[in-house]
Formats: sequence, structure tokens, C-alpha cells
Amino acid sequence: MTTATSVSIEAGDLEASRQRSALADAARRFAADRWALAGMVFLSLLLLLALGAPWIATHVLHASAYRLAMMDQIQVHGRPVEVVSAEGVPVGPNVRFTLGADLIGRDVLARILYGARISLLVSTLGTLLAVLLGLAVGLLAGFYRGVVDAILSRFIDAMMAIPILLLAIALASVLRGGSVWTVVLILGLVNWTYLARILRAEVLSLREKEFIEAARALGAGDRRILARHVLPNLAGPLLVFATLSMAGNILLESALSFLGVGIQSPTPSWGNMIQEGMGFYTVAWWITLFPGLAILLTVVSLNLVGDGLKDALMPGSRARSRP
Amino acid sequence: MTVTIARRLALSVVVLVIVCAITFVIFFAVPGKPAELIAGKYATPQTVALIEKRLGLDQPKPLQFLRFITHAARGDWGFSYVSQQPVLPTILVAFPKTLSLTLGALAIWILLGVPVGILSALKPGSVWDRMAMVGALVGISMPAYWIGLLFLRLFADLLGWFPLGDYEEIARAGVSGWAHHLALPWVTLALLYAGWYARMTRAQMLDVARLDYVRTAYAKGLSRRAVVGRHILRNALLPLVTMLGMDVAYLLGGAVLTESVFGIPGIGGLAWRAIRMRDLPMVMGTVLFAAVFIVLANLIVDLIYCALDPRIQADA
Repeated sequence: MTTATSVSIEAGDLEASRQRSALADAARRFAADRWALAGMVFLSLLLLLALGAPWIATHVLHASAYRLAMMDQIQVHGRPVEVVSAEGVPVGPNVRFTLGADLIGRDVLARILYGARISLLVSTLGTLLAVLLGLAVGLLAGFYRGVVDAILSRFIDAMMAIPILLLAIALASVLRGGSVWTVVLILGLVNWTYLARILRAEVLSLREKEFIEAARALGAGDRRILARHVLPNLAGPLLVFATLSMAGNILLESALSFLGVGIQSPTPSWGNMIQEGMGFYTVAWWITLFPGLAILLTVVSLNLVGDGLKDALMPGSRARSRP
Repeated sequence: MTVTIARRLALSVVVLVIVCAITFVIFFAVPGKPAELIAGKYATPQTVALIEKRLGLDQPKPLQFLRFITHAARGDWGFSYVSQQPVLPTILVAFPKTLSLTLGALAIWILLGVPVGILSALKPGSVWDRMAMVGALVGISMPAYWIGLLFLRLFADLLGWFPLGDYEEIARAGVSGWAHHLALPWVTLALLYAGWYARMTRAQMLDVARLDYVRTAYAKGLSRRAVVGRHILRNALLPLVTMLGMDVAYLLGGAVLTESVFGIPGIGGLAWRAIRMRDLPMVMGTVLFAAVFIVLANLIVDLIYCALDPRIQADA
């Protein structure tokens, strides 16, 4: 018994050191990837701007303007500022309103920054929930196989046979509320299936590997094998999936808000900003253009980082899909 | 082979039943009775009870579900709570619009995405490759409804080249009128998929190009043209065909965003309105309709793979 333990510890250490050097390799590959780094820089900047929104956009009544409804002027540092032009159209981009004002005189830039908080928060938490669900189901189905696998796999098939946006809308109309937490729940509930399917396949092939067999021969139980030998090997695919899925979640959240079943006004979200400006895009194009650009840049950045992670962590898996 | 087909068919039916169950459970979690929605705001409890009885909503939930499944299997998908119209015919009226949107977009994204991917893979790292892949990345990262709005603003509103949304039947407006109305939605939808296909094509080709048999083909003196055309391209495009089947199946279930931006009265809009109105029979109908395509596409792909690789049958 004592020998078995010491051997398994040695094997574990060896594996740990191999993983450390593999990780260093991956980090080097990632650091050499200029596109992925550019994505990282943009996302970090966005995060800083989102966190600093109250200090950056000090002069904007982004929530209270809602209560005041339509206004021609607002007070900024004690001075009146025009928010609606003589024709009754919201003012476009100018010195005061860098990206223009919206239909009720709110600064589009400020709302984009506050919207970034919502979009990033919702998609991060939604992705986290999806990862937890997908991991649990993928491990169960892949490791225990048999009846458990058959039932879970059919359920995954069925979930994936329902178009994701329809499923999300259906859940949204059932859960109602339109709060941040409802949207997090929806994103998590509709997104885990794909990950579960990938992880199931990974686990199925992992559990046949020699090192798992060796661990089992040395007397390791299911829980130890899962935690020490299976999970560490899933970290790469998990991280890559989470990043790419976050890109998808930003789009999905914005789509739900655009359709009016996601984040509800007056809380700003990039999607509901576009929806609010949609009817007026011929006269006030900036209300729809800029939130869309914010979505585009954020999703591009996440995809760049995700692709970079994929190349760094899963080298042989795919030819580089980026410039 | 017959056994495999029978097995797969049975599994497909099981999956469809689970799809119905999921939809059913989601919608019975909704607070408020559908009968109250139908009866209107000022209905008496008696009217509500009467409607419930007529629609069978007073029966236990599992029984209602069983009844729905057996009726659906016979082609009776019930009546909309809102319009009182039969569900299946309503869906079939909307389907040609969604089909028109899908097929047109499909043609554009294949003609755009696959050649771009091939050209990129032939010269990886070149200026062309970099530009194309940046374009593809932007394509897959754009919110479809937003790019649709930009197109409407630019090409319909400012330039006046295309109508501002709406849909025209081929029968009424002819092929040119139909295509004229659908051009912007087609491009909107196609840009997204073209991005995915360009990336996939390129990645597949570069993957296949590293394989041993490709080296063998070069070693035996074949020209680059022959190797690329006969060995690389053919094998690289096979997984894309699978992806194509699934994507088309998904789109036939309705492109909610594109349809709603351009005002196309297709399945997506039908499903979207049904969900908002809590019109359960219509929701079940549209979800089931979409799921049938996806399950069917899965089945076909599986069977093709079985036919191509006999080893798969054993562990099916």
C-alpha cells in the first residue's frame, strides 16, 4: 500500500512537471502571436473603460435622463447644453458628445461604456455557467458511459436540435424579468451542450489512455482519476472553448436585447441601444452604428484571443485559422 | 446496413420526442393559463373553464403531452391560440420565404467563402491570406441584425438601389422582383457564413496538406495542381459538406434576426411572435419543424459516414 502511494506521487510529480513545461511552451507560443495580443490589449482597455465608466462619463445623466424623458437641453457643469437640434433630431457626434446623443439626450459614448459593463458581466457569467454545466455533463457521460451516457447524449442531441436563438427567446419569455441574472441564466442554459459534447469525446478517449489505466492499477478511485488525471488534460479545450463561447455570448446577449427579451431599458446594453435607435437610423445613425462597432470589436478581439489560445494550447489540432 | 438505418431512425424519433418534451416543460413553467390569454381580459371564469375544456387544457399535463405527441405524429399539429388557424398549414405558408432566404444566402456564401479559403490556403502568410482572414474574422464577429440595418441605411435608404425590406413572391413579382427584394437579406446572412466557411476551408486544406499521402503524391512527381485538386481539395472539402448540411438545416428553421430586420414573413418571425404571445401550439409547431430538419440532417450525415466507413457501424 505504501509503495503504491509513493509510486503514484512520483508519477503525479512527473506529470506535473511535464505540464509545467507544456504550459511554458504554450505561453511562449501565445506571446509570439501578435494578433492574439492585440485582442488581449483591446479587451483589457475595454475592461478598464467599463470599470471606470462613472469617472470617465461624469457629466452624463445616463439613468436619470430616462425619467426626465425628452429634453432639449441638459445641464453640464451648470451650463446648458443642446441635445436636440433645431429640427428636433438628437445631436450627432460633436465636441461635447463624442459619439452623439440618443433620442432622449443621453450620451451614446457613456451608454456604450455602461453597456460594456453589462455585456462583459453577462457574457462572462453566462460562459462560466455553461462551462460548469458542460463540464459536469461531459464528465458524467464520457467517464461512466453506459445508460448515463445514452440518456445524457440523447438530451444533448435534443437540446442541439432546437435553434439556439429560439431556445433563448423561449427561456427569456418564460423567465421574464429581463434582469442581468435572467440573461446570465439563459446564456448558460443554451450554451453548455456543445462543450458537453466536446468534453465527452475527450474524456472517452482519455479514459482509454495508459496513464489512466496505470493510475487505476495503482488503486486510484474514480474521483482521484477525474481530478488528478482527467481534468488537467481538459484545461486546454476548456479555456479555448470558454473564450470562443464568450464571443458567441456577447452576440447572443446583444441579439436577445435587440429583440427586446434581454436586458431591459433603461439599463444600457449594446443590443437594446441598437434596438432603440433602429427606428431612427435614417436621421440619427450614430445611435445604432457605435454600439454595433463596440460589439464587433469586442467579438473580434475575443475570437483573436480564442484562436491564439487554440494554437498555443492545442498545437497539432488545427492549422492556424488566423492571419 | 438496414439495422443501422433502423437504429438511427428510432434514435431520431426519440430525439424529436425529447425536443417536444423540453419545449412543453419550458412552456408549462409559464405563469398564467393559456386559456386566460385566449379568453381575453374581461372573460368570466366560466368562459375560461369552457375554453380549457375544449382545448383539453384541464387534463393532467402528461396526458396533454401524450395527446400532442400522438396527434403530431399523425400530422395534426393543433390550432394557434392566437389566430385560431391550423399550425402546420401556417408554417407551410411561411416556409417558402425562409427557404428563399436560405438558398440565396447559401449560394452567395459558398461562392464567396470556399474560394477565398482555398486561395488563402494556397499562399498561407501572404498579404492576400492576411487580408482575407481579417475579412473572415470580421464576418463571423458582426451582429447580423446590425449589419442588416447598415445595409438598409446605405443601399436602400441613401442609394436607393434596393427596397427597404419587405418580401415579394416569385409568382407575383417574377424572379427579378423576388431577388431584388431578397438581395440585401441574402448578403447579410451570407457574410456571416462566408466568414466561417473561408476559415474552415483554409484550416482543412492546410491540415490535409500536412498528411503523408500528400507528400507521397508530390514525391511520385505529380504537379502541384494535380495534388491540390485531386488529393488535398477533395479530402479537405468533405467535412465542409457535413457542416453545410447542419447549417442549412438550422437556417430552414428560421433566421429570426435577419427575417425581423428585413420584414420577411418566414418561420423565424412566426416562431418569434408565437413565443412572445405564449401561443403554445404554434411554438411547439415551429420548434418541432426546425428540429425535424436538424435531426434529418444529422441522420443523413451519419448514414453517409456509415456508408463511407464500415467500421463506424460496429460501435454505433
